[in-house]
Amino acid sequence: MTGFDEKLRQVSRFPLLAKAIDIFQMNVGKRCNLQCRHCHVQATPAHRELMSAETFSACAKIIENNSFSTVDITGGAPEMNPHLDEFLQGIARKGRRTIVRSNLVILVEKSYRKFIDIYEKNGIEIIASLPDPRREKTDRQRGDGFFQSFIDIVHELNLRGYGREGSGLVLNLVHNPVGAYLPASQPALESEYRRRMSAEQQAFFNHLFCITNMPIGRFLTYLNQSGNLTEYWQTLENAFNPGTVENLMCRNTISIDWTGALFDCDFNQVLELPVNHGLPAHVSGFDLDSLQQRLIRTGDHCYGCTAGLGSSCQGELAASE
Amino acid sequence: MADYYEKKDLVDFPLIVEDAKEAGEKFFAYYSQATSAGLLSEREKTLIALAVAATQHCPYCIDAYTNKCLSLGISRQEMMEAVHTGAAMQAGVTLAHATQMRKICTQKEM
Ligand code: SF4
Ligand code: SF4
Repeated sequence: MTGFDEKLRQVSRFPLLAKAIDIFQMNVGKRCNLQCRHCHVQATPAHRELMSAETFSACAKIIENNSFSTVDITGGAPEMNPHLDEFLQGIARKGRRTIVRSNLVILVEKSYRKFIDIYEKNGIEIIASLPDPRREKTDRQRGDGFFQSFIDIVHELNLRGYGREGSGLVLNLVHNPVGAYLPASQPALESEYRRRMSAEQQAFFNHLFCITNMPIGRFLTYLNQSGNLTEYWQTLENAFNPGTVENLMCRNTISIDWTGALFDCDFNQVLELPVNHGLPAHVSGFDLDSLQQRLIRTGDHCYGCTAGLGSSCQGELAASE
Repeated sequence: MADYYEKKDLVDFPLIVEDAKEAGEKFFAYYSQATSAGLLSEREKTLIALAVAATQHCPYCIDAYTNKCLSLGISRQEMMEAVHTGAAMQAGVTLAHATQMRKICTQKEM
């Protein structure tokens, strides 16, 4: 296998540099009500790592002082952080586009139902992962009963206007393969999801993002145990597309972990590779000028972002043919 | 020759262009257009390609198109239906040739 950095050199794109910071992504904790088989964060209900109120306010201050277009909140299940509610209300007052990546099924639980109101009231954009529009396949990856609870919440969100044209309330879905293969093109999968979701579930959403499973965390364990690891790496490398490099998400994102440490992306968080720009890699020392031209810490896992039409938290990176 | 039909052979496929550039490039342009969405969707074309791959016994294409079906969210039951369509077509094509046999017999037998 050719190393990723070598591959970038071959197409004259090494070293990889950030272009700007447009997306401020916060991972507010590793606790989750689920334990999905593909989870790269390896989140569980037992995790105690949750972003503190102090780190939330340090982030809020940075957001206020800078003009990032988007605040993107992820986890774990972000709702399980007790400070999320207050933070969202504060951010919403500043009119910043705010995304919460929710597994949705947590909103079935009584103590978390309030977030449906909070999201609606504050115009929070919701991104929710649904590996497949068919019950059996999704439940195989996410656990029995997941699909039905997910659809129940989508119905509630649809009633509030989420996923409906013209309401201004956005519900986007994420597809990731249920196994050791790459996702197909976004338009093809989006139309299949839309067809099945509306005809079979009477459920509606705005857009579908396709995300490649990264060979890290629990998905790496699966690849290893199922004997798919070597072939998966090979598939990723063979599918390397230089056209994705320009828009790699690390080039316009900064990713904060629950302790306030700074990373190029959520994956580098999992791999414990903090930003490498010679300045304190923590929100307490946030320095936009150096961060927005920083050197990205690339590695072989980056092949997960450059395969095919590319992959990021916002889906594909390169235009389809 | 060490082994026939190795998975890694497929990586060499795009490189056939090296030995007959113009024909190779024209073939790949045609291949890409014919297998991409047109009036038929990408799903429909991929299922057709899978059925053809199975009927033509091409291990490379079976691998490539099974993976593409998975990527497109096509279930294994749907894939199996497509392969049955191919199998039924092959059986039908064979049996339809029995009409030639019957025609000759009818003409030749007293
Ligand atoms: S993939 Fe998401 S919903 Fe599933 S365990 Fe991980 S953080 Fe939780
Ligand atoms: S994993 Fe992807 S987003 Fe993260 S540094 Fe590598 S290319 Fe960038």
